[in-house]
Amino acid sequence: MHPAFSVIFFTTASGAGYGLLAWLGIFVALGMLPADRWFGLVGLGLALALITVGLLSSTFHLGHPERAWRAFSQWRSSWLSREGVAAVATYLPAGLFGIGWVFFEQANGLLGLLSAVGAAVTVYCTGMIYASLKPVRQWHNKSVVPVYLGFAAMTGVVWLTALAGLFGFGNPLFAWLSLAALAITAAIKLGYWRSIDNDRGGSTAATATGLPGPVRLLDPPHTEENYLMREMGYRVARKHAEKLRRIALAVGFAAPAVLLLLSLLLEGRAAGGIALVAALAATGGALVERWLFFAEAKHAVTLYYGAQSA
Amino acid sequence: MTSLPESPGAKRLGLVIDLDICVGCHACAVNCKEWNTGGYPAPLTDENPYGSGTSGVWLNRIHAYESGEGANSRTVHFPKSCLHCETPACVTVCPTGASYKRAEDGIVLVDEDLCIGCKLCSWACPYGAREYDHDAGVMKKCTLCIDRIYNENLEEVDRVPACVATCPVSARHFGDLGDPDSDVSRMVADRGGYDLMPEQGYQPTNKYLPPRPRRTEAGDTGAAAALTPVAEAGGFLGWVDRMLSR
Repeated sequence: MHPAFSVIFFTTASGAGYGLLAWLGIFVALGMLPADRWFGLVGLGLALALITVGLLSSTFHLGHPERAWRAFSQWRSSWLSREGVAAVATYLPAGLFGIGWVFFEQANGLLGLLSAVGAAVTVYCTGMIYASLKPVRQWHNKSVVPVYLGFAAMTGVVWLTALAGLFGFGNPLFAWLSLAALAITAAIKLGYWRSIDNDRGGSTAATATGLPGPVRLLDPPHTEENYLMREMGYRVARKHAEKLRRIALAVGFAAPAVLLLLSLLLEGRAAGGIALVAALAATGGALVERWLFFAEAKHAVTLYYGAQSA
Repeated sequence: MTSLPESPGAKRLGLVIDLDICVGCHACAVNCKEWNTGGYPAPLTDENPYGSGTSGVWLNRIHAYESGEGANSRTVHFPKSCLHCETPACVTVCPTGASYKRAEDGIVLVDEDLCIGCKLCSWACPYGAREYDHDAGVMKKCTLCIDRIYNENLEEVDRVPACVATCPVSARHFGDLGDPDSDVSRMVADRGGYDLMPEQGYQPTNKYLPPRPRRTEAGDTGAAAALTPVAEAGGFLGWVDRMLSR
């Protein structure tokens, strides 16, 4: 699948934003974060900015962005519509949570928890958009939704560790939770990669045409690339995919883990500063992972254009 | 509404494509483009039509494959357009209600005034039936020539999809596949018509008729298997025959 930058940026940024929003809500509800105005402004501000920039960037690839509001109408059948509804609905508790925290220095735990639920539901819907697409074997996989939830939770909690540390509200628990999230998400992602490498999928050039095999493309229907080949026919060389997987693991998981362990040895803002580098690395790794998620996905329509299996 | 019809009608209009007959002339694709660039999904935009990097929206494409090996291998011309599936995920993924499946005849359509051009429907189709029009910013697809098949301004014989009307060898047939007694349903039953990618679970309405078994022996064609002499030749021709047979 063609890795459209706007969609990759959207899912990574809004994933980190929803993750950060959810953890802020949860730790306020647990009474582990103070209702400090400036911390609230920067923390919730960053979360909502990432979410909003992500949502706006996702409209850039639309043919008719001015009609985007229509996408809220088909929540009965469409995961994309459900995602839109959940994203907008989450602004309500998150906005009230932020107003109370920043303007009145009263962070409401219930609004925090509602924001966290909204964030989780929205990311779940994002994952289901991909997981529900049967023609893409690498997406129609039971690990896809856990991967999306895992990356959102992981990048969110590392950002929380960094911000709390920088504002002097650091807590070793945040760093340990980040390490746990990194380990769990890495395990889910490795399981996903193993799964798509081993599962060959049911569709082949023979099932696509119904002809006795082997089926070889003799003449394509057109001499130049068409929309289907540009949008669905993107391929990344296997050796590059393996290298990029290692880069995603090193930058997105190993580096933040080492930096967070280092931050546990330090105190106060120095720890926060190191955690900030960890947060940037984790988000960078998530971008590489998301790019690969598209580039490694092979659509069934490629079977009509010479691919033997999809 | 992008939910599928709750009580779909018995009528399921679609195509039956005979892979034994298709000669790969692309006339159906050309007439499809010709009719539809002025019809319901008009225009079917072409980009750089006279330069390099030509690209355009076509609702019907003709692939050609080599199938099988050795003496049983053959070239198969393979037309492909929207299959108007019974469970079309292209419809249910649509966030705006632009894509819909008609209850009355099963045709899958796009309301271009509602389409936001998110392209998700084209991702949801394993068959590549939908093509995005970059110029119009909306998705285009086969309408089964809805503006021909119900068009009372046309002679009744012309009320078939443009691809069917133009096929010079009658490799494409149009009809009601929901009616087991229709000509197309009988053809499917007689010839072992099949679904493309049944494992995807989309239950396509359009059916493909497989190429007939290859006829390699002279007798398979209905001609005499070998030439046998009618009678023993005598006289001069008999003498020539005997001399040449030495």
